[in-house]
Amino acid sequence: MDYFAQQLINGLVLGSIYGLIAIGYTMVYGIVGMINFAHGDIFMIGGFIALITFLILVSFGLTAIPLILLIVLLVSMAITALYGWTVERIAYRPLRHSFRLAPMLSAIGMSFVLTNFSQVAQGARVKPVPPIVTGGYTLHEGAGGFAVQLSNIQIIVVITTIVLLALFTWLVSSTRLGRDMRACEQDQTMASLLGVDVDRTISMTFVIGAALAAVAGMMYLLYYGLVDFFMGFVAGIKAFTAAVLGGIGSLPGAMLGGLLIGLIETLWSAYFSVEYKDVAAFSILIVVLIFLPTGLLGRPEVEKV
Amino acid sequence: MSAPPAAQTSRAPGAAFILKKALISALVALVLFSLMIGVRTEAGPEGHLIYWTRFGDLAAMVATVFGGSIVIELLRQWWGPVGTIRVVPPAVQGTLSLAGRLIAPVLLVFTFLVPVIFYNERYILDLGILVLTYVMLGWGLNVVVGLAGLLDLGYVAFYAVGAYSYALLATNFGLSFWICLPLAGILAAFWGVLLGFPVLRLRGDYLAIVTLAFGEIIRLILLNWQSLTGGPNGVTGIPRPTLFGIPLSAGDDGLAAILGIEYSPTHRIVFLFYIILALALLTNWVTIRLRRLPIGRAWEALREDEVACRALGINTTTTKLTAFATGAMFGGFAGAFFATRQGFISPESFTFHESALVLAIVVLGGMGSQLGVALAALAMIGGFELFRGLDQYRMLVFGMAMVLLMIWRPRGLIGHRAPTVFLKHNQAISSDLVKEGHG
Repeated sequence: MDYFAQQLINGLVLGSIYGLIAIGYTMVYGIVGMINFAHGDIFMIGGFIALITFLILVSFGLTAIPLILLIVLLVSMAITALYGWTVERIAYRPLRHSFRLAPMLSAIGMSFVLTNFSQVAQGARVKPVPPIVTGGYTLHEGAGGFAVQLSNIQIIVVITTIVLLALFTWLVSSTRLGRDMRACEQDQTMASLLGVDVDRTISMTFVIGAALAAVAGMMYLLYYGLVDFFMGFVAGIKAFTAAVLGGIGSLPGAMLGGLLIGLIETLWSAYFSVEYKDVAAFSILIVVLIFLPTGLLGRPEVEKV
Repeated sequence: MSAPPAAQTSRAPGAAFILKKALISALVALVLFSLMIGVRTEAGPEGHLIYWTRFGDLAAMVATVFGGSIVIELLRQWWGPVGTIRVVPPAVQGTLSLAGRLIAPVLLVFTFLVPVIFYNERYILDLGILVLTYVMLGWGLNVVVGLAGLLDLGYVAFYAVGAYSYALLATNFGLSFWICLPLAGILAAFWGVLLGFPVLRLRGDYLAIVTLAFGEIIRLILLNWQSLTGGPNGVTGIPRPTLFGIPLSAGDDGLAAILGIEYSPTHRIVFLFYIILALALLTNWVTIRLRRLPIGRAWEALREDEVACRALGINTTTTKLTAFATGAMFGGFAGAFFATRQGFISPESFTFHESALVLAIVVLGGMGSQLGVALAALAMIGGFELFRGLDQYRMLVFGMAMVLLMIWRPRGLIGHRAPTVFLKHNQAISSDLVKEGHG
């Protein structure tokens, strides 16, 4: 039981990270209707920028961990958001009204560009960092000597995710920008007729998605203590799987899907085999889509002729 | 990004406007690259990370972006607003259409003659085989994506199934290439149907992600099922193909000895070249024939409008499944050929990157145009080889090329979709006018 509880905690933490990335996919899909293949790499860039900022701050002699974390968070969010904006501007905007496959291939190309850019710029080797946040709590001491641990870093990841999710839900539901975004999601032509700047709204969607991916990248760095140039691909596919599982276009769905994928992966690794954890996650995706073709919380697509 | 009003009345570009744009681009580049290029991290001697600064590189990059954006802006003003219809003189048009009709036969004859012309150029022969493999893969995927309009991001799975089928059957049971080739095709087609069943109800991007997941599942199983596939070490010692049972080797029973000519390793390369050429032409021929059959018509109808298809009584289930199976079968053939050519396969050859490359070839080729796919494969693989000297920058350049090509020609190099059925005379429709189905 203790073992299960521990895996549950680990799974929820991993799921939070996936969920943060999945929000970026689901938002972009909801508004533009395209799979932003480069989003996983934006997450990777976020991790790298967090790492570099952290190194610089430490070398300047800063020791207050909360202050470091705050600065790293803000810097990586800001710069990664600019990456998201640039990618949209260069690769997607010229193809806005083009045929369906063109932006997707352009996105795949952009993903190659970002992956190899960071390989060229920062080298191919894995970058390890020493644990930044240490310590934690023992929740329950089992009879067999197995203790359920909750580390501080896990608490930080979950709390950050909850706060960001609350902030984000507020942004979408009660601000001008959120209203514009929902309007564009429903009908871009009509929205622009009613005075919504569609281009700007779509840009902002990419910026927000990239900022959330940067947070996920930083959390990944803190939690696993390493980044490498290739991590965006697998994380990106898993997060997209999460978004589809939850029903693409739905924000709570993205979070739910993220948590589910995180749990499936952790529990499968714990009880069956580590090698096949991704196979398990993808198989569940396929099984869910057979019975619920629009995901768990997705709206059924109405066919119009 | 519209041209300023001044540019429409006079040719003189607004220098201030261009400068402002370039400055903004440079500023954005400065922020983007400040940490990623300006600072380099690496694991130090004691194992923890150290960093050093590279402000020179950063300045060079920002300057490049500044200069580049000025050049692009000037080019754009010289070219005029996007969407300008350029009138082509009739003489040029006539030459172009003649060239368009001649290019396919000329290309075919040239391909047949490649081993003769470049007999001593091992590198060109190898490159030719590689290009033809991708042409074949492109034509195979074209059935699924170009004809049936089903977006498949996991095509490499069938390539892998074909390669591993041949490799395992040949190394474990000693079956020859020519027996395994159809078996590999059948097995791949079987997997195609297996994938087809769950995705029948899915549309568009859901289909894309499921096929992607399927490709990854196959790769992960190949990677982890050590006892069968050898895991990351792959399968080695895959036998070479024979000519009616005669091996192309240096031994006494080899083809060279039987024909009484001197043995040369080039013989095998040339033989492989003609095998893949025959396989690719088979794919092309079958596709062209199938397009004229009811099933091919049903695929194209499915691509254009699934709802209308069902209203007309077309069984969409079998239509989709046959498309998947046919495409997968050709992928399986190509995979078996790949295994016999390499003599060694490992899961590393079957990553998502391959699927993306083949899909790029199909889309760049104009989705459904056989000639376009062949040209796109030549351009992509040839271009990729051209940049071999760039080493680690190669993939970067490749990605950029993919983005730029998509922006330049979103509908592919040959963006015309010739209807296979017509009333009185064949009228080429520019595919810009054709609405895309959401398969």
